Amino acid sequence: MNDTDPQAAGKGAEPPLHQLYQEVILDHYRRPRNKGAIDEPTHTITMNNPLCGDVIELLLRVRGGRIEEVGFEGRGCSISQASASMLTERVRGRTPSEALGIAATFTRMLHGDASAAEDESLGDLRALAGVAKFPVRVKCALLAWNCLEELVGTGS
Amino acid sequence: MTPTTALDVEKIRGDFPILHREVHGRPLVYLDNAASSQKPAVVVAAVSGYFLTSHANVHRGAHQLSVEATGAYEAARETVARFLGGASHEIVFTRGTTEAINLVAASWGGSALREGDEILLTLMEHHSNLVPWQLVAQRTGARLRYAGLTPEGRLDVEDLVAKLGPRTRIVAVTHVSNTLGVVNPVAEIARRARDAGALCLVDGAQAAPHLRVDVDAIGCDFYAFSGHKMCGPTGIGALWGRRELLEAMPPWQGGGEMISQVGLEESTWAEIPHKFEAGTPSVGDAVGLGAAVRYLEQVGLDAIHAHEMALTEYALERLGELEGFRLFGPSTGRVGVISFEYGDIHPHDLATILDSHGVAILAGHHCNQPLMDHLGVAATARASLYLYNTREEIDTLVEGLLAARALFGGFG
Repeated sequence: MNDTDPQAAGKGAEPPLHQLYQEVILDHYRRPRNKGAIDEPTHTITMNNPLCGDVIELLLRVRGGRIEEVGFEGRGCSISQASASMLTERVRGRTPSEALGIAATFTRMLHGDASAAEDESLGDLRALAGVAKFPVRVKCALLAWNCLEELVGTGS
Repeated sequence: MTPTTALDVEKIRGDFPILHREVHGRPLVYLDNAASSQKPAVVVAAVSGYFLTSHANVHRGAHQLSVEATGAYEAARETVARFLGGASHEIVFTRGTTEAINLVAASWGGSALREGDEILLTLMEHHSNLVPWQLVAQRTGARLRYAGLTPEGRLDVEDLVAKLGPRTRIVAVTHVSNTLGVVNPVAEIARRARDAGALCLVDGAQAAPHLRVDVDAIGCDFYAFSGHKMCGPTGIGALWGRRELLEAMPPWQGGGEMISQVGLEESTWAEIPHKFEAGTPSVGDAVGLGAAVRYLEQVGLDAIHAHEMALTEYALERLGELEGFRLFGPSTGRVGVISFEYGDIHPHDLATILDSHGVAILAGHHCNQPLMDHLGVAATARASLYLYNTREEIDTLVEGLLAARALFGGFG
């Protein structure tokens, strides 16, 4: 198959839907963790994906050099909301630079980097590796992580 | 034009080579026609034939190719004029509906609107019939007003009439909603606008591909549409404008083609419609649009409409049987633009799952954010039909939705 020919790519086998919609993802979508306001947030940001209307507000309380508390609000597709829910569990208790490291690895995984998809620092987030095969959905999975990078990244 | 005869959908499908390709190993089911339609081979052949045999720049040059190119370009204008029921000098070629409305907003609006004047829109306008008016309102101090919707999801004409006031200068309304599928009573709206001393612009992007349009019968002042939604190429559409208005309006872009005499300090303008067509036009696309209009006329707009109405009825019946299916807009008195929710599965997820079944739909706000806010949703899924769609394709859509539900383990 010629990778540069979109028609050739589109004619290939059905994309692995079950890799995209894994049980753990649907579980986070149906029962989002840490959804809602947190006490005394020190950092908040809202970002959206204007193409599809997904919205994520990420709230952090950073004290003593650690992300003490994290919560999110939002609406959107299963991928964007599950990714946000999983983010909250993964970065709570970590330092901002540890969280940014996870964000960077996660982003590499979504861009198809196989070694990133093996990285144990991602934990459950590896369930989202299948998103890499659905290029239009990568932005959905990254929305909450873009919020995180904006909040604790360089210069903030 | 021939009277309504039943449309032979299998023969029609033979005219569209793309409909025979596969997507993800499944036959393509193309239900995103409100975004853009597919092209019959005759349209592609008309464009390539023009470039392979007759291309040169238009309206200049005494040589044979320029004469032929000009002839082809102006013949396309006459075809479009006949299609809409206007005169050919009242047809301005644009890149599409968006550019046509921007032209009116910038040229007419920029010169005619004063502080405190009102532009009356509706809550169901596409961003292309909304943002150009915001821009000119900001420049001139004019005010935007919006007619609301009935609970059923139709335009509230009473509300529109109530908002037509002494300061209303123009009513800009869509002929067919690209989300709700409703057909607005544009003739009545144009008459009400005229009675109130206002102009009326109709956004025909979703109507011209599907309904017989007659600008004279509608009684509007401007009508805009896009070629790519009606079997034509992308990058070409047209504005029909009433002659006396176009003549009085200033140019909106300067350059070659649109001038009569150019001096160092000032210039005089070409006659309409050339006054509004600065620069070398998209001749090949105009030729393709002419071929698309002829194709639709040959099939017959009445036959197309009848086919789509029967298919819409079938689709709403099948979809309505699905538990968790919720239609936006009325279920009757509407055309084949079907916006919906399905259980708690997000439209974006539905679109991905349907795509894996070869079914192309749109998920999103459909360039209708104020309408989405009014409906209380961020996005909907939308299946939109055209002349080449079949009942079997509706069945595939239904199967895809059931598969989505199974994948999500039912509804939460």
